[in-house]
Amino acid sequence: MDLTTASSPALRLDLPLSRARALSLRAGQTVRLYGVMYTARDAAHARMTEALAAGEGLPFDPEGATIYYCGPTPGRPPRLIGSAGPTTSSRMDKYAPALYRAGVRATLGKGERALSVREACRETGSVYLVTVGGAGALLGSRIVAAEVVAYPELGPEAVRRIVVEDFPAWVAYDAGGLSIFPGDQPLGPVGRAD
Amino acid sequence: MCHRINVSLPEDLRGALEQGRDREQLACARETLEVLLANAEIAAREDLPLCQDTGMVVVFVEQGEDLCLHGDLAAAINAGVAEAYVGGYLRRSLLANPLQRNTNTGDNTPAFVHLERVPGDRLTLRLAAKGGGSENMSALWMLSPSEGRAGLVKAIVARVAEAGGRPCPPLVLGVGVGSNFEGVARLAKRALFRRLGEPSPDPELASLEAEILERVNATGVGPMGLGGVTTALAVHVLSAPCHLATMPVALNVQCHSARHATVVI
Repeated sequence: MDLTTASSPALRLDLPLSRARALSLRAGQTVRLYGVMYTARDAAHARMTEALAAGEGLPFDPEGATIYYCGPTPGRPPRLIGSAGPTTSSRMDKYAPALYRAGVRATLGKGERALSVREACRETGSVYLVTVGGAGALLGSRIVAAEVVAYPELGPEAVRRIVVEDFPAWVAYDAGGLSIFPGDQPLGPVGRAD
Repeated sequence: MCHRINVSLPEDLRGALEQGRDREQLACARETLEVLLANAEIAAREDLPLCQDTGMVVVFVEQGEDLCLHGDLAAAINAGVAEAYVGGYLRRSLLANPLQRNTNTGDNTPAFVHLERVPGDRLTLRLAAKGGGSENMSALWMLSPSEGRAGLVKAIVARVAEAGGRPCPPLVLGVGVGSNFEGVARLAKRALFRRLGEPSPDPELASLEAEILERVNATGVGPMGLGGVTTALAVHVLSAPCHLATMPVALNVQCHSARHATVVI
């Protein structure tokens, strides 16, 4: 893939993301992800939210974690995972603020989200990242390790711990209230009515 | 067939993505289309699905009136779908119960089969693997006849703008106008099966397609909603007679992973 046409060179982001690194990011930046993420989508989010509400822990340490909204295809052996692109993030909007408050520092998916998610990023010093929907073959090939860590009965919706290298993405919502999407206005400073 | 369409991007679609990339000025838009073209190469080379949402299978069957078929055609199609999805490491995305949502059917069946009778003695199967994210952004309106063509264009453009990056633009838009409540949705789906960008043979509909495409690409949504001028690659419209009190309009949104194939038996 030739990405030399980028307006600015891609930033390397190591995961889990430190708070300082998250605060330094700006919406619109091109990034390359390296490190650990957890896949989860609709059904897994419903269960994780129930667990949080019941005072139970999440199936992974949320501190600094990145959640990838993804339900991959099964890998053809010896592959551990098949095609693995993002699903539509807005379906997870109702769950996202609680997870950011529990320590999650980045979510990764595709498409615009509710204002409550942008506000949660700003409130918790976190980010929302997007990658290319429908590029599952390319993105799956940037996953170097994968294992199911919770809810195996959910099949493609199980929570997987994955390790990625050179995984392309953009910062969509930053911790300062800015958005990559052309229709979005910047949010004001924390605490001010917008 | 299910497996092939899931790993191989149609040539017409590849050409349209290349044209979009060459037209885009915004870095995000160009990079997104570059990633999609690179994705198609990797998918073909590694025999990997283009997208992890390997879709629900939609089949339009045209059965010649002089052709006599014994047995259950839908069951035969479902058996083929199950074999391709289970054996081919495609994702099984169908839930048995839409309210309980806890049981996968396990083999990506049932397929959504539409049967049409046509003259002749052949059997034509038009098959698509249709993703859920784009299906979610589809819509049906029972417009007032007084809203007319302008009302149709306005509804569709507003819907695409509102959907933004969620349905994975650049899109192919299938539009139905006329028929009735259930018929118009089927027209919109059927319109997606036309060869990409081939205009309607009806000059009025061809001009409507061109108008919608221009207006949609002026919304600024762009590839994956990150901005740009390539929001849709094509608009296909089908029409049918309707009741004088009604103006049914349906929009079936197709993502850029427009996975289609036709076989004639």
